[in-house]
Amino acid sequence: MFDFLDMDALLGAFWVTVKLTVYSAIGSLIWGTLLAGMRVSPVPLMRAVGTAYVNVVRNIPLTVVILFTSLGLFQTLGVTLAGDNFTVINFRLAVLGLIAYTAAFVCEALRSGINTVPVGQAEAARALGLSFTQVLTLIVLPQAFRSVVNPLANVLIALTKNTTVASVIGVAEASLLMKSWIETYAALLPIVAIFAFGFICLTLPTGLVLGWVSKKVAVKR
Amino acid sequence: MSGVSVTKGAEDAVPATTDLVVLSNVNKHFGALHVLQDIDLTIARGEVVVVIGPSGSGKSTLCRTINRLETIDSGSIAIDGKPLPEEGRELARLRADVGMVFQSFNLFAHKTVLENVMLGQLKVRRTDKKAAEEKARSLLDRVGVGSQADKYPAQLSGGQQQRVAIARALAMNPKVMLFDEPTSALDPEMINEVLEVMQQLARDGMTMVVVTHEMGFARSAANRVVFMADGKIVEEATPEEFFSNPRSDRAKDFLSKILHH
Ligand SMILES: Nc1ncnc2c1ncn2[C@@H]1O[C@H](COP(=O)(O)OP(=O)(O)OP(=O)(O)O)[C@@H](O)[C@H]1O
Ligand SMILES: [Mg+2]
Repeated sequence: MFDFLDMDALLGAFWVTVKLTVYSAIGSLIWGTLLAGMRVSPVPLMRAVGTAYVNVVRNIPLTVVILFTSLGLFQTLGVTLAGDNFTVINFRLAVLGLIAYTAAFVCEALRSGINTVPVGQAEAARALGLSFTQVLTLIVLPQAFRSVVNPLANVLIALTKNTTVASVIGVAEASLLMKSWIETYAALLPIVAIFAFGFICLTLPTGLVLGWVSKKVAVKR
Repeated sequence: MSGVSVTKGAEDAVPATTDLVVLSNVNKHFGALHVLQDIDLTIARGEVVVVIGPSGSGKSTLCRTINRLETIDSGSIAIDGKPLPEEGRELARLRADVGMVFQSFNLFAHKTVLENVMLGQLKVRRTDKKAAEEKARSLLDRVGVGSQADKYPAQLSGGQQQRVAIARALAMNPKVMLFDEPTSALDPEMINEVLEVMQQLARDGMTMVVVTHEMGFARSAANRVVFMADGKIVEEATPEEFFSNPRSDRAKDFLSKILHH
C-alpha cells in the first residue's frame, strides 16, 4: 500500500517547501516593514504608494502573482534573477512572487500593531529630538512587532501553505510531488494524508513556538 | 522677580540674552475652534511660569506648540533667539533642548528605566555609552529612583514613572522644561514626590513652563502665573498678586471653584 513512498523524494520536495518558506518569510518581513513605514510616513506620496501597493497586491490571487513573475518578468522581460537554469530561475521567481504577495499582509499586520502603540510613545520620542526614522525604528516598530507576533504567525503559516502555488511555474516543492504520485499510484488517500501530515509538521510547531514568543515579548503597559 | 515681564516686540533682530522662549501673536485653530488666540508670552532664562485655567482653555496646546508637537497657524515662536524650524533635522535638534514631561509619563514601555534615560543621550546627543549610563544613573539617583534602574516602566508606581520621565528629559541638558499637568494622573500620595523634584529643579535655576492645578506649587515655586481662558491669556501676575487679588472675572470665578476643593 505504501509502495509509492520514496522517502528521499518526499524529504527533497519538502526541503524545497521549507526553503521557499524561509526565503519568502525573511524577504516579506523586510519588504512588509518598509511598506508599513511608508504607510505611516509623514510624506503623502510615500503613504499613497504604500496604500496603493497593499490594496492592489492583496486583492490579486497568488496564482496570478506567481504566473506573472514567470510569464511577465521572465518570459517577456527576460528577468532571470541571476539564475542560469530553469530550476534556479523558477525557484527565485517564485520566492519573489511570494515576497511581493506576503509583504502586503505583513504590512497590514504591522500597521495594526503600530495602531496599538499609544501616540504618547512617539510624542515622547519626538520631544527628545529623535528623527522620524529613529522614532519609527527605535520606539514604534519594536513595540508594534511585539504586539503582532500572533498575527505574523498566521501570515507565516499561510505563507507555508501558499508555497504550493509555486508548482504552477514548475517549482518542485511538496505539492508538485504529491500531484505526480497521485497520477502514478492508485493510493489517493494515503498520499494526500502523508502530504497533509507533512505540512502540519511544518506549521503546527511554528504556531506553538510563536504563540509562546508572543507571550514572552508582550509589552506591559 | 518682581513685576510681570513685558512682552517683547514681534521681530527682535538680535537674539535676546535673557528671553529664552518668546511667543508672539501665536494663533492656532483645531478646525473651527480657535484654541490659541493672539498669544504673546515671553519666558526669561531661569524663570518658572505656571499656566493655569479651566479645562479646554488651550493650556496643553500652548505647551505643545513650544516644541512644535503642535504646529501653529500664524505668529512666531523662538527659543533662545532661534525661530522654531520646520519639521526635520533642525527641529529635532531644537527639540532636544526643550525637555517635556507629559501627564501620562509616556516612558518607553519596551525599555528599562535606565535605557529610557540613556536613549536620547545615545541617539540624539551621540554621547558614548559609558558617559550616558553614568549620567542616567546619577539623574535617577537625583530624582530618587536609582534603585529602579533595571525595571520596566510598568513595574513602577505612577510617581516613580513620572520622576523617571523628568530624569529622561533632564538627561538632554535642556534649556527649558515643559510640564503638562505632570501630577494630574497620579494618586494623591504620589503627587508630592513629583512636586518636590520639580521644586528642586526650580531652585536649581531651570527655566520651566508648568501647566498645573497644584496651587501650592504655583505659590512656592512660580515667578509668574499665566491664567488662560478660551484660548487667550487673560491675566499674568506674580503668584501672590494672582491668588490674593485676581483682576479678571474669569480668574476670580476659576479660583473660587478650585480653592473650594
Ligand atoms: N488634536 C485635537 N484636535 C481637535 N481638537 C483638539 C485637539 N487637541 C485639543 N483640542 C481641543 O482644543 C481645546 C483646547 O485643548 P487643550 O488640551 O489645549 O486644553 P487644556 O487647557 O489643556 O485642557 P485640560 O485642562 O482639560 O487639559 C479643547 O477644546 C480640545 O477639545
Ligand atoms: Mg491639558
